[in-house]
Amino acid sequence: MRTLGNVQPKLSGKITLNKESLEHHSIQELASEISVVLTEPIASKNLTVLELVSLGRQPYTNWLGTLTKKDNDKISMALDMVRISALKSKKCYELSDGQLQRVMIARAIAQDTQLILLDEPTTHLDLYHKVQILKLLKTIAHETNKTILFTTHEIEIAIQLCDKILILKENQSSFGSPCELIQKKSFENLFPIDTITFDAQTGSFRVNK
Amino acid sequence: MRQLKSYRIYFILLFLVMVVCFLVNISLGSVSIPFQETLRSIIGKTTQVDSWSYIIWNYRIPKAFTAILVGSGLALSGLLMQTLFRNPLAGPFVLGISSGASLGAALLILGSSLFTGIFSLGMVNDISLALASSIGSFMVLLAVMVVAVRVKDTMALLIIGLMFGSITTAVVSVLSYFSTAEKLQQYVYWSFGSIGDLSWNQLILLLLIVMIGVLISIFSIKPLNALLLGESYAKSLGVNMKRSRYSIIVATGLLAGGVTAFAGPIAFIGLAVPHLTRQIFNTTDHKILVPAVLVYGAILMLICDTIAQMPNSASVLPINAITSIIGAPVVIWLLIRKRKMIF
Repeated sequence: MRTLGNVQPKLSGKITLNKESLEHHSIQELASEISVVLTEPIASKNLTVLELVSLGRQPYTNWLGTLTKKDNDKISMALDMVRISALKSKKCYELSDGQLQRVMIARAIAQDTQLILLDEPTTHLDLYHKVQILKLLKTIAHETNKTILFTTHEIEIAIQLCDKILILKENQSSFGSPCELIQKKSFENLFPIDTITFDAQTGSFRVNK
Repeated sequence: MRQLKSYRIYFILLFLVMVVCFLVNISLGSVSIPFQETLRSIIGKTTQVDSWSYIIWNYRIPKAFTAILVGSGLALSGLLMQTLFRNPLAGPFVLGISSGASLGAALLILGSSLFTGIFSLGMVNDISLALASSIGSFMVLLAVMVVAVRVKDTMALLIIGLMFGSITTAVVSVLSYFSTAEKLQQYVYWSFGSIGDLSWNQLILLLLIVMIGVLISIFSIKPLNALLLGESYAKSLGVNMKRSRYSIIVATGLLAGGVTAFAGPIAFIGLAVPHLTRQIFNTTDHKILVPAVLVYGAILMLICDTIAQMPNSASVLPINAITSIIGAPVVIWLLIRKRKMIF
């Protein structure tokens, strides 16, 4: 995920964006094509929510980073979309993990890119907030027509919420909609069969006792 | 980010405070000059006693301007360091820049007795001292930049800066073991820091150096703001990290190195002022912070210098002692009040 977001150099292979190799895009170009939400914590928790989300507009602002009316509109739109407008003037260290994650997503939306990459956006969150974040991502994807790509270990929630899933498994990764993948029996041998089995009827995993 | 307008009133107030501090600073000193006479002298009128005008124009005003430049320069370099290293304890000392300057000064003062062949002139005057410490700080800066090319990690850079500090301490102690008491005293006096010995020419040179540093900082405001999120995020926002890191390091080197070269190592201003500024201006936006630390640093340095002068007495306290006595409790107070240092 970090390599796709051009944060980390690739080990091998080829990454293309809009039919062109990732290296052929300048950093500035990529900034208006891909936005990221990473696992690493932000450096300064002293930022207010509004300041943090405003930083998402950097690819479009002038040399001093002055926000225009258009920028401010995009920022308040992003805040509304993840429903954190009320937290606007809070400092980041005052927020819960779930709230902070929403702020980070709002920042990515404010960056106004076609593609949003999220590296494990639901770790450290409880089940309710996990579902909340992922449902939010789904709404954003459908409402704004953006491509949202995230990594997760929460296969069960992903099966219920995602449009397309790529299962990463050594030598036999498979890609498709959850239903297709269930029909292809891709989940069956994802884990050692003697410990966890997949129930195709309910689309859930079961522990073998 | 709030509109700049709401901060304007703060800036006007701070600027007025600075002007008042400036006037108080030049009206007080070892020779007692009435405040009215000081003002008369500044606007170019003759004073009751001719020597007063001379003292004010050739001693006190250059000193007050030096205080402003030293305070602003160190405070800004501290702010740049704290954002670049994302470490609230970073300051000009951390990168080893001040250590480099001290090393240069130590080699010149203490080493001149050992290596009389190299320093055949044997003269340690103010200009050669400033030159030696400038060279020292830029050597460290170059070394840090060479390392920065190979080591991507800013934490590693920080540790390297600390190592340069250790090397300096070691070299200084070896040199002081072999040098004469007289030379040692001279070095110790330099390390106390002094802002009173600059001529108008030296002052203009310092002004130029600080101006370049400030200019580079102003052009780095946008990457500095992005760096508040961390380097990976900054990169994803289109910031050219390599170039930004270089320009921030160069600006810091110019500011901290230049100031230390002319005024000696002055502690705590670089560390404390950015934190104090964040208390007043409740923002992390460098558009506000950069001008704010400049004014704030100048005010604090003027106050420290006024105290160091010990008005109406002939003795002058080392400025470094005053900045530490004021700066260290401030840092402790901030830590206790907030329980953690945030930047």
